[in-house]
Formats: sequence, structure tokens, C-alpha cells
Amino acid sequence: MALFELSLQEVHNKLAGKEVSVQELAKESYKVIAETDDAIKAFITLNEEGALNRAAELDKQLRQGGERGLLFGLPAGIKDNIVTEGLTTTCASQFLSNYNPIYSATAARKLEQAGAVTIGKLNMDEFAMGGSNENSSFYPTRNPWNTDYVPGGSSGGSAASVAAGQVYFALGSDTGGSIRQPAAYCGIVGLKPTYGLVSRFGLVAFASSLDQIGPLTKNVEDSAYVLQAIAGYDASDSTSANVDIPDYTSALTGDVKGLRIGVPKEYLGAGIDPRVKEAVLEALAVYESLGATWEEISLPHTEYAIAAYYLLASSEASSNLARFDGVRYGVRADNPDNLIDLYRKSRSQGFGPEVKRRIMLGTYALSSGYYDAYYLKAQKVRTLIKGDFDQAFQKYDLIIGPTAPTPAFRIGEQVGDPLTMYLNDICTIPVSLAGVPAISVPCGMADGLPIGLQIIGKAFDETTVLRAAHAFEANTAHHKLRPQL
Amino acid sequence: MSITIKDVQHVANLARLELSDGEQQQFMEQLNAILKYAEKLNELNTDDVQPTSHVLPIVNVMREDVKKESLPLEKVLLNAPDEEDGQIRVPAVLE
Repeated sequence: MALFELSLQEVHNKLAGKEVSVQELAKESYKVIAETDDAIKAFITLNEEGALNRAAELDKQLRQGGERGLLFGLPAGIKDNIVTEGLTTTCASQFLSNYNPIYSATAARKLEQAGAVTIGKLNMDEFAMGGSNENSSFYPTRNPWNTDYVPGGSSGGSAASVAAGQVYFALGSDTGGSIRQPAAYCGIVGLKPTYGLVSRFGLVAFASSLDQIGPLTKNVEDSAYVLQAIAGYDASDSTSANVDIPDYTSALTGDVKGLRIGVPKEYLGAGIDPRVKEAVLEALAVYESLGATWEEISLPHTEYAIAAYYLLASSEASSNLARFDGVRYGVRADNPDNLIDLYRKSRSQGFGPEVKRRIMLGTYALSSGYYDAYYLKAQKVRTLIKGDFDQAFQKYDLIIGPTAPTPAFRIGEQVGDPLTMYLNDICTIPVSLAGVPAISVPCGMADGLPIGLQIIGKAFDETTVLRAAHAFEANTAHHKLRPQL
Repeated sequence: MSITIKDVQHVANLARLELSDGEQQQFMEQLNAILKYAEKLNELNTDDVQPTSHVLPIVNVMREDVKKESLPLEKVLLNAPDEEDGQIRVPAVLE
């Protein structure tokens, strides 16, 4: 595993100095996967032949000389809701078990342009609906720190794979916490960019007003480099933001002197595990020692966020998933009576229980007579929640709290109770509704399971988020801990 | 507001889902629990609040009205479950 413990610059130098080849990096990835994936089940599809061919191609380029970026040659895992041309993309759903994309997502294509090698497609909750990877219709991913526990979700495969050293980094997607929460549970770094910063073109839509692609990495520096590669305007995504992309990596100065941090009391109150609270307070003490200041603030509408989110996200999902009808791709049921019956049977056979539940909830919330009471009401509450953040950011540069109220829970513990499962997202969902960026970085351990610190910034101010996360990392050792598999 | 089995059947029909009796019962209970929780939103007065559909100011994105190349047929049909003569086959639409 030692190769993937080297810094980006170290790997880069080894490639340039011919001490290691791109093919050796890819082979290392498959070796670790062979050793560990029976235990954690992070991958759905491996791209071994394609990756080794591509690695050989990149080695050829390397021999021709020239400047290469720091991601060149690195083995990457991609969440299985990000389409990759010619490489099966399932969204962990039976419905798409045989789906062969005819194009690649913009984020995947940009990674390829940066020279990364796609090792395979990572497990997730079906259509990104869930927070534990137990909703994968193939098999649940397990937490590398303790395989009796969930890795979080929905990007659980991405987080577990990076934590286990199977890949150098991974891409995930975050709708209500699906990058940050698994990063916290698996003891790695996960960044949800500002809504609109990374193109959603080729990300299979769950809730279009919330979905964002982002990096899962071992440290903040890697996160900044991956973000640099995937951020930017894309004419193929009508919600892509046309903003200037700063140099994220030059923001990693270590200097947080004078930063003003707000700490929402709602994120440290009832329902928060005392060990999580303790770890967050210790992290704040680190910032204080580095010259930043913090004080308690209130985001008064926090308690309404989960209800608003589940109505909005499920409504959008019920509309987005209408495209899965068994006609042009995916599962088609045998012997339908007629066309409507073909839709009905194909969808019922192809979707798992959580997906059906959310389609039902969303269809109900959008249906005639209930639209105003549920969907419109939730959109108005979203305005209030966003207002909480707008107001706080007038006075503070960052908002800091836990990523999740507890460390990872046991597999099976919350399966029968969707509402309890939803409450795990209490600290991440408001941030998603506000559309602002946030990162989770490791900040401690509780009984052998990692705890994540969430650092939230102003819209499009990833620079300050990364700078603060990097400074914390530089003055602590939590991110250096690795699970023993 | 409480959801009945009839409501579940109505919504399942709108969503083009075929649910077993067991699923109908389970979804009725779970949707009732989730919607009961969602009633919390009524504690807030939102009479003068504008709804947020997107956090960014979203504008229509137009492209030039020029002819572009279409997807090649073999790509369009690559994932088709049933095809014939370069077309995707479905059951009769009109009976």
C-alpha cells in the first residue's frame, strides 16, 4: 500500500524519474483490491483490461517527455452513478445492471484529460438514495475500520476504497451529505463543492437542484488538485455556473490567522454523540491556537431541514426517475400486457425498496391537491434555511461543526426505520439546501471508528474552506491513521 | 392528513409502479410516518417567503440554431432491450 501513501508530488517525481510506471500504479491498485475487496465490497465493476491498456498508453506518453500535471497516472475510482463510456454504469440498481454508457460524464472526461486512470466503478446506495450503502441492490459495502459497520453513503464505495488504499482517490456525488458523511465514517477527506461548480453532465440525476460531484481523498491537498481538474463551466449542464476558477492549490498556505468561525449550536445540541462534540471542540481549540476566532451562532431553521429536504429531493427524484421506463435502455420486463404495463412491470422489477419509497413520496408531494402543502412549502422553507447561512456568512468566514452526529453505525441497525436513517444527515442537509461548499476532514476516533469535522464556506469560496481544512490537517495527525484490513 | 391504501394505489399508478399487497401496506405506514414528520414545516409561517427552486440564479441556456451531428444509430440502439430494423420495438401503444 506504500505507493498510494506517497504525496502527489512524490508520485509525480517517481513517474518522471522512471522509478515507477503508470502500469505499476494501476497494478498496485488491482493488487490491493484483490487483497481487500472481499472484505469491504467497494467495487461493482472493475476496468482492469481497459485501465492497464490506458496505463501502457500513458507510459508511452511519459517516455515522450513534456510536462505532466500532478494527477497524471494516478489510479482513480469513480462512483457508479457517473457515466463512463464503454464501462458498465449501474447506479447500484438492477434496473441498469447491463447499462453501457455511450458517453462519459464531463467530470470523468476531465479526469481522463488530467491523466488519471479509471480503475473501476464504485458501490453506492441505489441511485444515491441512502446513507449506509445498504441500499445497493448488489451487496453492501463495509467500513474498512470495522467490517461490521456501514461505510456511510451514498458514496460509501468511494470512501471505503480510498480509506482501504485501493485507489489513490475517488469521485463521489453529494445530494444531502453523500460525499461528506461517508468520508467522515471512513476517516478520509470528502469535499462537496458549491452547487454549479462541477458539471453534472453525465451524473445520473437524483435531485437536480442539489446534486454535486466532488472528490474523496486521503488529504486536503489531493482534494484541491482533484477539484482543480473537475471544476468549471460546462455548456452541457444548464445549471453549470459560469465563474472564474481560482487556483485552489495555491490557497493551501497554512495561514488561518484572523479567520472568523461560527459554530452553530444546533450542530452540537441534542442527538449529537458526546465523543463527536468533544472532537469538534478540540478541533476548534486547534484553530484558536492558530490565530482564528470562533463563537457560537444559531442557524435557527436547522430543525426543519430534513423534512424540507426529503420532500424536495424525493419530488425531484420522482420526476428524474420517470425516464427509467424499460424502453430505450435498462431492464425490460417480459410479457407485458401493453405499453403502460411494460413501464409498470419494468420499474417494479428494476427498483429497490428505498427508491420506490422515495418515488412514492415525491409523486405524492407533487400530486394534484398536495403540491402547495408539501412541495411548495418545502421550497419556501428552503429559502429560510438558505437565509440562515446568508446571514451567518455576513459575519463569519466559515461555519464549523460535525459532519455527522455519530460515528458509523452497525450494518442492519437502522434498515427498518427510514426516518431514523434520514436523521443521520442533520448536519449535512442544511448545507446542501443552501448550496454552499463544505468539506469533511478526520478529527478524531471513537472506539476505533473515525469522526469527521465539517467546514462550511460561502458560495464559490472553496479556497477558504480548503485553506482552513489544510491548516487543521497540518497541525494534527488524524488524517494519517489507516484501517488495518 | 393520513394516507390510506387507496391513496397508495393511486400514487403507485401515477408513478407507474406495481406494488404487492405487502409493499402497499409497508409504504402506507412509512409514508404516513414521514409525512407526519413533515408536518413540522407548518410550524413556520411562510406567507411572505419566496420559494427557492435553485440556489443559483438560473437562466435559459440557448445555443445557436445550427445543424449538429446526431448520435450514430448503433449508439442509440446499443442499450435497447428490443430492436428491429434500426428502431426500438415496444408493445402496441393503441389497442
